[in-house]
Amino acid sequence: MNPINFIVALSAILFAIGVLGVLTRRNAILIFMSVELMLNAANLAFVAFARKWGELDGQMFVFFVMTVAAAEVAVGLALIVTIFRTRRSTDVDDLSQLKG
Amino acid sequence: MAIKDLLTVTAPAICAVGGTLLLLLDLAIPRGSKSTTAWAAFAVILLALASVPAQWGVSTSGFAGMVAADGYSLFVDGLLAVIAALTVLLTLRYNEARGIMRGEFYPLMLFALSGMMLMGHATNLIIVFIAVELLSIPLYVLCGFARPRVDSEESALKYFLLGAFASGFLVYGIALIYGAAGTVSLTELTAALSGPKPADSALLYAGVALVLVGLGFKVAAAPFHMWTPDVYEGAPTTVTAFMASATKAAGFAAILRIFLFGLAPLMETWQAPIAVLALLSMIVGNVVALAQTNLKRMLAYSSIAHAGYVLTGVAAGGDAGASAVLFYLASYALTSLAAFAVMIALNSGEADENHSLDTYAGLGRRKPLLAFVLAVSMLSLLGIPPTAGFFGKYFLISAAIGSGLTWLAIALVITSVISAGFYLRVIMTMYMRDGKNEAPIAGNWPRAFAALTATVATLGIGILASPIVELINTGIKSIVR
Repeated sequence: MNPINFIVALSAILFAIGVLGVLTRRNAILIFMSVELMLNAANLAFVAFARKWGELDGQMFVFFVMTVAAAEVAVGLALIVTIFRTRRSTDVDDLSQLKG
Repeated sequence: MAIKDLLTVTAPAICAVGGTLLLLLDLAIPRGSKSTTAWAAFAVILLALASVPAQWGVSTSGFAGMVAADGYSLFVDGLLAVIAALTVLLTLRYNEARGIMRGEFYPLMLFALSGMMLMGHATNLIIVFIAVELLSIPLYVLCGFARPRVDSEESALKYFLLGAFASGFLVYGIALIYGAAGTVSLTELTAALSGPKPADSALLYAGVALVLVGLGFKVAAAPFHMWTPDVYEGAPTTVTAFMASATKAAGFAAILRIFLFGLAPLMETWQAPIAVLALLSMIVGNVVALAQTNLKRMLAYSSIAHAGYVLTGVAAGGDAGASAVLFYLASYALTSLAAFAVMIALNSGEADENHSLDTYAGLGRRKPLLAFVLAVSMLSLLGIPPTAGFFGKYFLISAAIGSGLTWLAIALVITSVISAGFYLRVIMTMYMRDGKNEAPIAGNWPRAFAALTATVATLGIGILASPIVELINTGIKSIVR
């Protein structure tokens, strides 16, 4: 098997762990960490495919994704902190004001 | 980077630069007179809007083929600028009354707007990803803008967690497409896919499916709609108005360019899944909306249903489908903005925000003009002639039948009939029930101007349908393929 396929398989496993984490975790910070795992799985795939095609484009995309993920962390953690201040909890099951 | 490149993204660039300058300018504006910031943002948006007719007719790409300026993207720019300008007018009194008249609101809106505009310009999947994030991140903050109100914070966190989850799917899908085709540029993808199928077609299909999931979240198509009702209900109503009309238009602008133009050679593969998403959205949105007693929540489900209608046009494909989709987006955006304008008018007073349908009882006698605006909007969402909604649905149905999706067109008609159950209930409540809600509604001319403009546009697009369709068709002809 081509070594690149191993890397892609690893990235698929990381992505699946991330998706499962989002679906099963109930703590907002852990859900967010799982999302970050999904983004990093994509980064790994980009790097592997850049090697497969023998060009730098894929590696360049990783920088875009990293930058955007950093911006998302800033806003996301600020939101979680704000919610923690009013409710003393980061459990998403406590977010039950809006339903119907 | 030459000026020529920057000119291909004139309108998004004006909004981004304007937003940055406004952040600085806002420091000098005293706390009590933040409406100055609003008017400055309004001026920036008008400048962006003015760049559209000035550039009409161009068809070029810039930044090494990453973005394009063509009639298609300019039409989307113009539509989004109009929506954003009207939304700014709606915010003036409402934000004051709800105690959220803070300076950051308007720069955040401009940043989100520049991301939305970029969605129409993107001819590279990485730019689509950047644009999605540029529109989402400011919107997460705007949803939570009414903090420490619990429902606003909750809406922001729900939107953020599900939005970030969707971005994960989108970016992994892009990675898989890159792995299968060796490029993420839409024009190069079309060329690469037109020939013999690539060896890794499973990888390619998985990538396209993940991209569809990611963008499906953004436009609130079922089964990726779970966040919509909660986020729409909890967010400040001005933000909901902006999200419901502009985000949907921007999301579909990207979907259209990716699927109808970039991935056109794969149409046989993606047509059936998109048709199924369309059917699900129409059924879920319209049926669940029947059970709602809160107008804001009802409009959230109605927006899911409308995502389904628009997806029908995407599934139909071709230039006819694209033109029907753009027409529908314009009519839906202005119509729903009119409905939200009325909700904003009713909740700009001293009392707490209340969107229960009961508060609309007797509005026909109490405030005939507001009731008229809401009634026209409901009729247009339902699709009664001569409103914009009727012609929008007509073009979607004829595009669907033209490409052999007769069953989907029939489903569209049946679910529209179901939707009469809740749209007409709003009109009956306003005109036929006596209301206990006697809270005074103070007049406000910018808000009245925005509401009337949206209503006149709803009727005007219906009456002047053919010149607008021609405009859209010239836009689509000039698209950079």
